[in-house]
Amino acid sequence: MTDIPAPRHIPDRLDKPLRSAIFSWEALLVVVAVAIFAINSFASPYFLDPYSLSDLTFNFTEKGLIAFAMALLIISGEIDLSVAAIIALASTMMGMAVQAGAGTPVLVAIGIVVGLGCGAFNGLLVTRLGLPSIVVTIGTMSLFRGIAFIILGDQAYKGYPSSFAFFGQGYVWWVVSFELVLFLIAAVVYWFLLHRTSFGRRVFAIGNNPVAAQFSGVRVGRTKFILFCLTGLVSGIASVLITSRLGSTRPSIAQGYELEVITMVVLGGVSILGGAGSILGVVLAAFIMGLVTFGLGLLNVPGIVMSIFIGLLLIIVIALPIVWRRLRGGR
Amino acid sequence: MKAFLKYREIWLAAAIIVLIGLISTRFPAFADPANLRQVFNDTSILMILALGQMVVILTRSIDLSMASNLCFTGMVVAMLNAAHPAIPIPLLIVIALVVGLVLGAINGLLVWRLNIPSIVVTLGTLTIYRGATFVLSGGAWVNADKMSPEFIGFQRAAFLGIPVLSWIAILVIALFFVVMTRTALGRSIYAIGVNPTASVYAGIDVGRTKFIVFCISGMIGGLSGYLWISRYVIASVEVANGYELNIIAACVIGGISIAGGIGSVGGAVLGALFLGIISNALPVINISPFWQMAISGSAIILAVVLNARGERQQGRIILRKVEA
Repeated sequence: MTDIPAPRHIPDRLDKPLRSAIFSWEALLVVVAVAIFAINSFASPYFLDPYSLSDLTFNFTEKGLIAFAMALLIISGEIDLSVAAIIALASTMMGMAVQAGAGTPVLVAIGIVVGLGCGAFNGLLVTRLGLPSIVVTIGTMSLFRGIAFIILGDQAYKGYPSSFAFFGQGYVWWVVSFELVLFLIAAVVYWFLLHRTSFGRRVFAIGNNPVAAQFSGVRVGRTKFILFCLTGLVSGIASVLITSRLGSTRPSIAQGYELEVITMVVLGGVSILGGAGSILGVVLAAFIMGLVTFGLGLLNVPGIVMSIFIGLLLIIVIALPIVWRRLRGGR
Repeated sequence: MKAFLKYREIWLAAAIIVLIGLISTRFPAFADPANLRQVFNDTSILMILALGQMVVILTRSIDLSMASNLCFTGMVVAMLNAAHPAIPIPLLIVIALVVGLVLGAINGLLVWRLNIPSIVVTLGTLTIYRGATFVLSGGAWVNADKMSPEFIGFQRAAFLGIPVLSWIAILVIALFFVVMTRTALGRSIYAIGVNPTASVYAGIDVGRTKFIVFCISGMIGGLSGYLWISRYVIASVEVANGYELNIIAACVIGGISIAGGIGSVGGAVLGALFLGIISNALPVINISPFWQMAISGSAIILAVVLNARGERQQGRIILRKVEA
């Protein structure tokens, strides 16, 4: 094939076929989720148990919380690779506060404020100085986690108060964990924000054409700044949850989460080029990733092998509609 | 444009000289030629990797899977060496290049044929290749005692007073310099990054060129796999975990624009050297190595702030869309 590439070979904008596939994207994800659920139930007798399924949710609630904010950010055409580093820094700050004798409310406040501050720092660099977010956040990723390493070195903070454990280990009702409730509430809030408010419309507009959005009166810079703050904020909240769940802080906490969060977002049908996506897709993707990791875990498959399935799932789910359309369209 | 590029590299080189000067005020032996040769040798693998990443970034793409490729290929050659110590090292290097090429070609095909954004493809293969390393090795390590003396000694052998590893880096740098400045492929890579649409009109097959750059970065990943394993004499699933971001950091510090089209071989080499000098210097001037991450993070942010000023001086882009 030596034909001249058609317009969609140039990835300045979102692929047209991809965009039309969004209509059936959630349907595809539901099929995948049901299939994995069914395979899991057949593969392991321990899977279909309320307590197992409850444990399963911990695989995605923290990452999922960040994934919602990340989805908005990616739809607006930016990205934040520093989320896991923000978790590490916020957790380290909480650990310092514990050493100073802070109580649970102060700890939560510190986690959230540090997250927000880090997000605002990213936002300022991207929107005020007009820098590409992927590079800025690669830098702040090293910087934030680097500060955690400077403070902690090879040490760890422990001794969190017992009331602090509720956020990551507590249950609201029966097997329904606090984290799961938070995740579900967040899903509804983000769904409303993205799909039912003018703010959400502006996010889509910016992602599709920032220049046109600017001429339409959208404050592009300010909206992006808010999204970076939001991503930082939820990373702070996730930091509270993870620190509470683990009960200790090491500078390597949540290492590699950023790529898992982005995988979740992309698997959820959000275009990495910006301008398209849905919260429902991200919720489904979070469930799928949780199902895959947990199901394979029950079968004693090591974590690193699970990552192969996640990686394959990502590529196959993205490639499938493209291949299918090409076979039908004959191109 | 050319004068401007030179300008930027001179500044980076000056920054490196100042850095070396500052370090030698605390530890005079650092600026010794012998020590600087050592720093160069220590940084060789990062330099090679940064060059491979550079050609990808120049075409507005990104290869996040390089470190996983390195890990997988390193495991392949280490296991081959452990099982068949008789295989000569040059043949092992060829095998490493081929394995790396195959992994890179997978990335390239997905980007070229299916038009999946490279960040998505390589995010997927990043986890797949590292997972495949586990499947291949069964989670076992290949330690120094299982590797043949030639396997470990090859890159350490001195040729004209300089280790073979450094010579390989010099050779790769020279090769990239020739390709980027003296061949049609090099020109096409820059053209695609500056304006993909105009490149189509200029008769460049954008998709195929992207495929080629991923093959190049794959081969570089494979070569680095052998070099890394034989240098640190351990092959495990954890090798170079997270290193893909160091490679990109070297490129960014070296002035390679993530938006494509801007960057040079000299920049990538200097960017890698900058990081290499910092990691070598911290222990000798009694700063905890835990500072390294924050310092390189700050260097990345500073570099991108400084580089952004230059990148705005481009002309207007007139061709935005390909007419069917």
